[in-house]
Amino acid sequence: MEPTIVVEHKTQRVRKSRFSLGTTLMYVILTAWSLTTIYPLFWIVNNSFKVSRDVMNNSFGIAWDPVLINYQNAFDRINIGRSYINSLVMSFSTVFLVLLLGGLAAYVLSRFNFRGKKTIFSILYATLLIPAFATVVPVYELLIKTSLVNTYWGLIFPQTAGNLTFATLVIAGYMATIPKELEEAAFMDGCNRWQMFVKIFVPISQPVFASASIFVFMWAYNDLFSALIFVNKENVRPIVALLNEISSQYGTDFGLMATAVSLTVIPVLIVYLFISKYIQKGLTEGAVKG
Amino acid sequence: MKGDRKYIVLFLFPAAAIMTIFLYYPFFKSLYLSFYRTSGFFDKKFVGWANYERLVTDKLLGAATLHTLEIMLYVIVFQVGIALVLAVLVDNIAKFKGFYRTVFFFPVVISGTAISLLFVLFYNYNFGLLNNLLANFNIEKILWLDAKNALKAVSIPTVWHYVGFYFILFLTAMAKIPADYYEAAKLEGITGIKKTTMLTIPLIMSDIKVVITLAITGTLKIFEFIWVITSGQNGTEVLGTYMYKKAMVDQNFGYGSAVAIYMVVFGVVLALIANRLLKRDEITY
Repeated sequence: MEPTIVVEHKTQRVRKSRFSLGTTLMYVILTAWSLTTIYPLFWIVNNSFKVSRDVMNNSFGIAWDPVLINYQNAFDRINIGRSYINSLVMSFSTVFLVLLLGGLAAYVLSRFNFRGKKTIFSILYATLLIPAFATVVPVYELLIKTSLVNTYWGLIFPQTAGNLTFATLVIAGYMATIPKELEEAAFMDGCNRWQMFVKIFVPISQPVFASASIFVFMWAYNDLFSALIFVNKENVRPIVALLNEISSQYGTDFGLMATAVSLTVIPVLIVYLFISKYIQKGLTEGAVKG
Repeated sequence: MKGDRKYIVLFLFPAAAIMTIFLYYPFFKSLYLSFYRTSGFFDKKFVGWANYERLVTDKLLGAATLHTLEIMLYVIVFQVGIALVLAVLVDNIAKFKGFYRTVFFFPVVISGTAISLLFVLFYNYNFGLLNNLLANFNIEKILWLDAKNALKAVSIPTVWHYVGFYFILFLTAMAKIPADYYEAAKLEGITGIKKTTMLTIPLIMSDIKVVITLAITGTLKIFEFIWVITSGQNGTEVLGTYMYKKAMVDQNFGYGSAVAIYMVVFGVVLALIANRLLKRDEITY
C-alpha cells in the first residue's frame, strides 16, 4: 500500500507547483473576502468590551482590559434579555408552525394525485411574489380588531403565513424524490396516511426540514419591518426592533451599540457553526431551485 | 388510495386557512384599500383611481424607484458578480474549501438590522471606523452619509450581506456538473479561465438566471439597511421605506396600499423582463 500513496502524493505536488502563481492568487482573493466577513465581527465584539470613549478614539486597539459596563447596561438599562426571550419564543413558534403546516401540505402536494393540484402549485409560485408590504396594512387592522397586536401571536401568525409558501415548495420538492416503493411497503404494513407521514416521510425528509427551519428561523428572527409594526411594545419587542430603537435613542453610546450588536450576532453565529453543514446540504438537495 | 380525499382536505386545510387569513385576504384588501382615501381604519371614502394618479405625479415615489433601481444594479453587478467569482475560485481550489464556505456565509445569518448598526459605527463622521482609518493616513474626514455618498454607502452593506447566499447556490450548481465534462475538456486542452467561461458558466446559466431573479425581487424588499442607517434621508429613500412612511408613519393606508400594489406590479414586471432577457434552455445532465 505504502508505495502507491507516496506516488500519488508526488504527482499532486508536481501539479501544484506548476500552477502555483494562479493558485496563490486565488487563495489571496478568497482570503481577502473572508477577512471582510470575519474582521467586522471581531471589530464589533472587541469594541463591545471597551467604554464608549475608547471605541470612539481607538476602535482598532484590542481590548486587553475588557470592561463589562456595556453588557451591564444592555441588560439593566435597555433590557436586552427580555427582547432575546421575545425573539426566541416568536421565531421558534413560527418555525414550528411553518414546518408542521408546510410539511403536511407538502406531503399532500407531492404524494397525492388529485384535481386542482397544478392550480395549487401555480398559486403557490405566484404567492412568492407578494411582499410583506402588500399585506401589512390589512394584517395590522386585523390584529387590532382581534386584540392580537403587541402579543406574540401578532408576529407569529403573519410570519408563519409569509414563510409557508417557501417551506411548502421546498419540502414538497424533496418529498417528491422519495421512492414510491417505500410508500407501498408502508401501506402493506397497514399504515394510514397520517402514520405514513409521521413514520416515513418526516424522518426521511429530515435534511430538508432542517434547512427549511434554518431559513425560516433566520427570516423570522431578522425581520425588522413586521416587528416594527406588529410588536413594537417594550414587553413583546423582538431583538431587531430593540436594535432599531437603540440606534435612534442611544446613537451616541458606541459601546452600548457595539454590545447590542455583539449580543444579537454571536449566538446566531455559534448556532450557525454547529449546523452549517445542514444549510449547505439543504441547499444542495436542489431545494431552492424554484 | 382509499379515503385519500379526507386526508387531502385535512392536511391542506391548516396551511390554507392561515395563508388565506394572513396573506390572501390582506393582499386583496390592500388592493381594495388602494381605491380609497382613508383616515384611520374606520373612515374611508371611495376615490377611484385618484391614488394611482397621485402615484404617477409623486416625485418622491419616482426618486424612491430610481434609488431602488440603482441599488438593484449594484446588487446584480457586485453581489451576484462577486458571488460567482468566489464560487469559481472555491470550486477550483483543493484546500480550505469548507473554511471559505463557512465564513462567506457569516453575513447571511446576521440580521440586516445588526449589520446596519455595525455600519452606522463605520460611517460615523467623528468617531467611525472609516474616518479613523483615514485619520491614520492624515487624510481629511469624509461625510459618508451626505447626499452625494449616502446611496452608495447604504448599498455596500446591502451587497455584502447576501454575497454568501448566492455563492453557496452557485457552488452547489457547479458541484452538480458531472466530472467527465471536465475530463473531456482537459483532453481538449481547455483549462483555467477558458474552462470557466466556456464550460462552467454556460452549464450553470439556469442557476444564474434563478439567482438574478432572486436578487431583483429581493432588492425590492430592502428595508432595514436604509431605515437604520439613514431613515431614507439624503437621497436614499427606497420603495420599502417610502411605503412604510406613507402607510405607517403618516397612517395614510389608502395611498400606502397603492404604493404597495405598485411595488408588486413593478416586481413582477422586472422579474418577467429578467426572465425574457436571460432565456435559455434548461440543461439536464
